[in-house]
Amino acid sequence: MNEIVFFINKVLVAGLVTGSIYAMGAVGVTLVFAILRFAHFAHGDLMTLGAFIAFALTAAFPHAGAIFGLPTAFVMLPAAMALTALLAIWIDGRFYRPLRERGAKPVVLVMASVGVTLMIQGLLRLFAGTGTRSMFIAERKDIFRIELPFELARRKIVITEPQILVILFAVVAAISLHWFLTRTRTGKAMRAMSDNPDLARLSGIDTQQVVRTTWIIAGSLAAAAGTLLSLDVALKPDMSFNILLPIFAAAIVGGVGQPYGAIAGGFLVGFAEVLSVFNWAILLRPFRPLLDGVVELPTHLAFVPTEYKLTVPFVILVAVLVWRPTGIFRGKVI
Amino acid sequence: MSFLEVCDIHAGYGGADILKGVSLSLREGEIGVIAGPNGAGKSTTLKAVFGLLHVSKGAILLDGNDITNRRPQELVRAGMSFVPQEKNVFPSLTVLENLEMGAFVRRDDYGHMIERIFDFFPPLREKAHQPAGELSGGQRQMVAMGRALMTEPRLLLLDEPTAGLSPKYMSEIFEHVVAVNRSGVTVLMVEQNARQALAIAHRGFILASGRNRHTGTGAELLADPEVARSFLGG
Ligand SMILES: Nc1ncnc2c1ncn2[C@@H]1O[C@H](COP(=O)(O)OP(=O)(O)OP(=O)(O)O)[C@@H](O)[C@H]1O
Ligand SMILES: [Mg+2]
Repeated sequence: MNEIVFFINKVLVAGLVTGSIYAMGAVGVTLVFAILRFAHFAHGDLMTLGAFIAFALTAAFPHAGAIFGLPTAFVMLPAAMALTALLAIWIDGRFYRPLRERGAKPVVLVMASVGVTLMIQGLLRLFAGTGTRSMFIAERKDIFRIELPFELARRKIVITEPQILVILFAVVAAISLHWFLTRTRTGKAMRAMSDNPDLARLSGIDTQQVVRTTWIIAGSLAAAAGTLLSLDVALKPDMSFNILLPIFAAAIVGGVGQPYGAIAGGFLVGFAEVLSVFNWAILLRPFRPLLDGVVELPTHLAFVPTEYKLTVPFVILVAVLVWRPTGIFRGKVI
Repeated sequence: MSFLEVCDIHAGYGGADILKGVSLSLREGEIGVIAGPNGAGKSTTLKAVFGLLHVSKGAILLDGNDITNRRPQELVRAGMSFVPQEKNVFPSLTVLENLEMGAFVRRDDYGHMIERIFDFFPPLREKAHQPAGELSGGQRQMVAMGRALMTEPRLLLLDEPTAGLSPKYMSEIFEHVVAVNRSGVTVLMVEQNARQALAIAHRGFILASGRNRHTGTGAELLADPEVARSFLGG
């Protein structure tokens, strides 16, 4: 019983949290690809940027959270999302749009986004240094320990407030995105432009407005994912380094250009990651008396050591590209 | 006075000019048909009229206003619609959503237009909530025309609306084109099936190698033995 609780904590909770973060990042990557047809490598840094904006706002108003009984950084999230969305539109106008208007090939835009990555990373280090920070400035992280109504379960389910917020936020974001894409004029125009950009243009769809909306969604979801990840773990300027590969893997697994695929891909990659670093020896412990003398149970039994977690999305990425390049939801082939 | 006047336009895709002097003229309420061999520049002419290509020489007038090199979005607002030769629906959007996208520039209530298009193309009503990509070729063509009609255009440009359709569907589409025209829409269409198309045309334009070859009323062109020999397959 305790082992199952351990499994819930280490796999179910951790997988949902990681999956939510990846899903929010991957939706942005996939939407930018659907509308602008290039792989936006600066997406991880958009997340870092959003998290730093939330951190700066938290530092400016450290007690704002207490009013709502929520972490201050979470209360600051809407503002951080809005600012990041504006910055994303600005970056597009400054760096990507001039290239598009000159008819640059997608690979040129990919390279430009690598440039934007380096620029954002440099600026963040210049102004914020390289250290790790806690998003909790004037408050503590609430941790909930939920007792299970079983006698055998002495361990408790442990979940932190940021973890609950991540999962709830991702659910709300996914529902809102679905509503937006299927019920609103601009959302439908976005799907139309993803389907057939030429026909969208000659139907009179305002393609500039669609591009702006894409950056608003991608930028604000990136800010939310970055901030929530930093709330859960800590704020690091090199966050994008660890997050870029999983979110691209998630977007590609789900089928590039398919927002629902990106959500599914995010959870798939997230759960694959936690399952491969999970210590399976713990689950085998109850069987120890049976196995005694047959095999010696190791104390640690995981597919991948935690330090090499990043290889998991990499393997998934390669496997998908080899066996099903269009992803689960039949996206566009890059 | 003519409603659409294309005067000696030159245009291309960045390289050498494909159109080397094409002229067309249509009066309001007419059907104009552009015919000619493959690669003659028929599609290119429609794209140039609709502002999808840069016109380097010549002029295009709509109802007396110069619309040369105007952006498609402005032309939609000015009362023009274009159904391209291929990829003319949004495959993952439902039939209804395709029609809604046709009405993107409208800010008024266009519900009555959707009803009219469903009355006009009855098969679409049943399939309203199916992705357009799952429909048959003929029904997709109906979606494409329906989408273009949502703005209640004054001028409809159609590029080979019957391409790849069975003869049954083909005459159905021709009937629809005539009906659209009767409702007051000026139509300029490109057709491979020149004989059938010229039969419903007020004006016919036969292009070859990016230039006008023959111009006349539909009946004149059908009666011209040279046109029949070179372009209508005897
Ligand atoms: N996107 C393009 N880029 C470059 N050249 C093009 C493009 N589209 C067409 N062309 C060239 O322009 C010329 C005219 O093509 P166009 O499509 O106008 O012919 P068409 O008369 O419509 O023929 P079809 O009956 O095959 O549709 C052809 O030589 C074609 O190769
Ligand atoms: Mg053509």
